[in-house]
Amino acid sequence: MSATTAPPVPTETKAPRVETPLRRFISEFAESKMAVGALIVFLAIVLIAIFAPLISPQNPYDLAQLDIMDGRLEPGSKSGDGSITYWLGTDDQGRDMLSGIMYGLRISLVVGAGSAIVAALVGASLGMLAAYAGGRTDTVIMRLVDLQLSFPTILSALMILAFLGKGVMNVVIALIVVEWAYYARTVRGTALVERRREYIEAAQCLALPTRRIIFRHLLPNCMPPLIVVATIQIARAIALEATLSFLGLGVPITEPSLGLLIANGYEYMLSGKYWISFYPGIALLITIVSINLVGDHLRDVLNPRLKK
Amino acid sequence: MSVYLLRRLIQAALVMLAMSVIVFIGVYAIGDPVEILISPDADQAERARAIAALGLDKPLWEQYFSFLGNALRGDLGRSFVFNEPALQLIAQRAPATLELAFGATFLAVLVGLPLGLYAGLRPNGVGAKTIMAGSILGFSLPTFWVGLMLIMVFAVQLGWLPSTGRGETVEVLGMRWSFLTWNGLTHMAMPALNLALFKISLVIRLTRAGVRETMLMDYVKFARAKGLAPKRIIGVHVFKNILIPVVTVVGLELGSTIAFSVVTESVFAWPGMGKLIIDSINVLDRPVIVAYLMSIVFMFIVINLIVDLLYSVLDPRVRLESK
Repeated sequence: MSATTAPPVPTETKAPRVETPLRRFISEFAESKMAVGALIVFLAIVLIAIFAPLISPQNPYDLAQLDIMDGRLEPGSKSGDGSITYWLGTDDQGRDMLSGIMYGLRISLVVGAGSAIVAALVGASLGMLAAYAGGRTDTVIMRLVDLQLSFPTILSALMILAFLGKGVMNVVIALIVVEWAYYARTVRGTALVERRREYIEAAQCLALPTRRIIFRHLLPNCMPPLIVVATIQIARAIALEATLSFLGLGVPITEPSLGLLIANGYEYMLSGKYWISFYPGIALLITIVSINLVGDHLRDVLNPRLKK
Repeated sequence: MSVYLLRRLIQAALVMLAMSVIVFIGVYAIGDPVEILISPDADQAERARAIAALGLDKPLWEQYFSFLGNALRGDLGRSFVFNEPALQLIAQRAPATLELAFGATFLAVLVGLPLGLYAGLRPNGVGAKTIMAGSILGFSLPTFWVGLMLIMVFAVQLGWLPSTGRGETVEVLGMRWSFLTWNGLTHMAMPALNLALFKISLVIRLTRAGVRETMLMDYVKFARAKGLAPKRIIGVHVFKNILIPVVTVVGLELGSTIAFSVVTESVFAWPGMGKLIIDSINVLDRPVIVAYLMSIVFMFIVINLIVDLLYSVLDPRVRLESK
């Protein structure tokens, strides 16, 4: 972080550190130990997902590496040839659960973050347009938002998957369609307040082009609530992707995400082989809870109403 | 009031119409309608007959109007799998879903209200902190995974409750209900709790926030100054006022509870509408998909309409503002 803020200037008299907005933000965020802990956990999860091919004991998607004879082994047991210890057991195809979870995390995070980013772009643009254009444009966009938000996420997602069919790309599309409205509503609300501020008026008096006013002046000031919504929405997207994959509508069976790993363990649950569903669920839970805790605290820090 | 009612009704009808266009476009225009609406097992002659019968050779707008006309007569096609009218299939499965959704809502209020009240009255206590942490967990836990864990603990390890299915049912009013038999209730316990988890957290948070706000109100201070017993202040004055938002939200959430029962029903093999739609998507039984989407959208619009109307009765400002 110190790369983006000016380092403290060493002076003879011990001057107080220069307070930049970013530094204030960081110190306020650090006030909650829980949020910092959650952030560290989340970063660790991201690192695990990125470096999964380097650190996982096995490539769970390479069918040649899987030995069906090792199927449904208990946690801690050794593979048939003794080369790997399956710390979290194996699933029905002899896939090491630990490796499966590491690779599954990648899909879950990519789908969750990817859809959240695209939805944020679409939603923020439309919300900004609604706020800036006003009038009929505003009415049409906000009616659409109302309509979208009046239906539960799972229903919209099911509808889209029923039309488009199964598949990762279709899940991403469904998530974007489900999420954009949250961003649009948030950005419009903030933008409506911000555009009446003096700095916008000043920019208009300088006859700056509208595009410049929107992107360089209005948008940066709408960022804080957008970031909060994005954090929460990433967690929601990951949970929804897992749910859809569990229902068999998401990712293909050869490259399981966390949701599908859990679904695979469903039928073995009844015979007491809990680990196939249990551990991917724990991984999913830790991911979602850590994002939610960070988002929860971000909301408190970025909320001007709670400023001391 | 009647003007408001009329306006709201017209709005609802328009939304329903818009949704019918979306569903129509989704099923008839995006995919290949021949593939979608005619069973893949059909032979050539059957296909040709079906294309003519469905009017798939006509222009799109004409097809839409015939789809709309049939829908208004309650005809949304026949299921390929069950060979029954799709709408009838949905209607048969509806009681199972409804009793699950109502059971979950009931549980949410029964558990969430007292916990939220406690957390709101002693916001800094260990108990309250535990409850609030638990509610964050309730928001974050993936429903389907909790369902699996419930099965693992209560059905497999402890063997207290049956893992799947609906159990014995009793026929009342021409529909089969399982909450009226003991066996059915034991089958319902886990799915209902599973579906309720999210709502419990919601009710806890709403109640807690409501209590904390209400306790600072002048009328509560006045009641205290008057020397009323704390039990009476909380039981009558505070409780009444926090109930309005809680009831509103729980009512509004009923629709989403029904929609989310898709997940719970799949986990517990509960034979409701949700399980039907997932099975139908998996075997591409499109008439059932269309019927499910149209009927659930209809239900949503009706619920939203009722909530809006109740609101305008409870709070005259809503009515006046719209004039």
